[in-house]
Amino acid sequence: MKRAVIAVVLLLLFGAARLPYEIHLQKLQHQAGFNSTSLDLPLRQQLGQMSFVAALSGFRSLVAAILYIDAYDTWQKLEWGRLAGLLQTVTTLQPKSIVYWDMAAWHMAWNASIAALENKAQPSKILREREQRKYWELGKKFYEDGLRNNPDSAELWKNLAVLERDKFEDHAAAAKAFETSSTKPNAYPYVRRFAVYELAKIPGREHEAYDRLKALYAEGRSERSPTLIHLLKQLEEKLGIPADQRIKETNAH
Amino acid sequence: MNRSAPIFSPARIWAMALNTLTELTRLKIFYFLLLFALLTIGSSFFTADLKTDEQFQLLKDVSLGSMSIFTSLIAILATALLLPKDLEDRTTFTILAKPVPRYEYLAGKLLGILLLLALATVVMTVLFLGVLWLRQQSVISLSKANLQGEDLAGEIAAIHAATFNANLAPGIAIIFVKSALLASLTLMISTFATTSIFTMMMSIAVYFIGHLQATAREYWLDSVGVQWWTKPVLAGVALLFPDLQAFSLTDDVVAGIPIHASLFTQTAALGLLYIGVYYLLSCFFFSNREL
Repeated sequence: MKRAVIAVVLLLLFGAARLPYEIHLQKLQHQAGFNSTSLDLPLRQQLGQMSFVAALSGFRSLVAAILYIDAYDTWQKLEWGRLAGLLQTVTTLQPKSIVYWDMAAWHMAWNASIAALENKAQPSKILREREQRKYWELGKKFYEDGLRNNPDSAELWKNLAVLERDKFEDHAAAAKAFETSSTKPNAYPYVRRFAVYELAKIPGREHEAYDRLKALYAEGRSERSPTLIHLLKQLEEKLGIPADQRIKETNAH
Repeated sequence: MNRSAPIFSPARIWAMALNTLTELTRLKIFYFLLLFALLTIGSSFFTADLKTDEQFQLLKDVSLGSMSIFTSLIAILATALLLPKDLEDRTTFTILAKPVPRYEYLAGKLLGILLLLALATVVMTVLFLGVLWLRQQSVISLSKANLQGEDLAGEIAAIHAATFNANLAPGIAIIFVKSALLASLTLMISTFATTSIFTMMMSIAVYFIGHLQATAREYWLDSVGVQWWTKPVLAGVALLFPDLQAFSLTDDVVAGIPIHASLFTQTAALGLLYIGVYYLLSCFFFSNREL
């Protein structure tokens, strides 16, 4: 009994001695982006008891992987509501994983939205379109939440821009997102051009777009894509640029 | 005890460690590795239909997650069996009757289990990297067949970035440190436990509580919305149990977060501190135990 008491006291002393170090290490790990996922009550409700315990026990990525495989199966069965819930859980468990955010947004904004529009069980076109828009919004939310957790992801910024361009047809938002993507590490070289393409489609910003397209054109052959030349020629006409200042290139489109 | 025998003999410890490793190998502990192989190879085939990025993400999630589970299980189950088995076989009496101090006996046992864990980690790592490399090569050859020029170069660079990165090595090393900590903790429990089942149950309970230790510590120290009577309980959890969450870095490593050298060193140092202290406590408990 005496030894047990001594042992508990020793353990408590050891605990007190390591406390400042553990607090410091936890802070350091959080700053580096580790263990910052909040495993709270709503997540517990989404996961169920067993998976929640597994996630708490250091197997968060494994639980996320298993749920993602389940999500893939759900996608094949076209169960969109359940798929949205599963993807929400997967991204909550692994918020630093770009792939999960990207695929979640893509499933919602592209696959689920088209399925909603072509839903034969809903005779009203207005309601189908409303449902379609709901999934676009959900996809956008996945990108935005993903970017809140990974603000330096060039991939997520680029794909958000594509969503704004192709689904919402919001060229200002698309231009801004492409622009942001181009400033991030490992950005695709073409996103800088894409930002200017979108700028050219915004009424009232033609002059700005023309100047930037011209600047890209001046950078050399690698930037002179057929789209860039086509847009430049269009703006030259629209803005009435003098003939001697126009580019010599023939219109590729 | 023979007075001429050295107080601490690394050679004796090494001999006992090798003997422990042989014993554990005979216990067919390595069957766990078969399960790991099945999971890794199986998940690699199962995810073949997915997009490239998804395939690699899932393969890493499943493999590193399984590696963490299996090393933790091996650490707890194998260590819990060590002392009771030696007592049952009367090996303990034979060893301790010779000029071997109890702390050396425990050091030999601990080193033996650490060797086993190191071996298991290396085998699992080789298997995981092999499967990852094979998938990478298969995806690259598919890309070569479909793309060319700048597109191909970009795609190959993206595949390389999604598969191997320098992060994996420290991530796996931390998995090993965590399992070594669990082995040391289980050894400590087994020095006062009377059955191996009790040791296993206690270690598993400590494992789960250990993952909540950081949360308990935060609540205890922040005290926001905490009842006065829960504070001693939270303090007890924070002080008595190890912070195992500090060693759960692989969840974020697979998502691509880099482990800087300083963070790795400080985390590993905490692990070594735990191992050392739990070993000393094991010696304390075992020194007067009636055998």
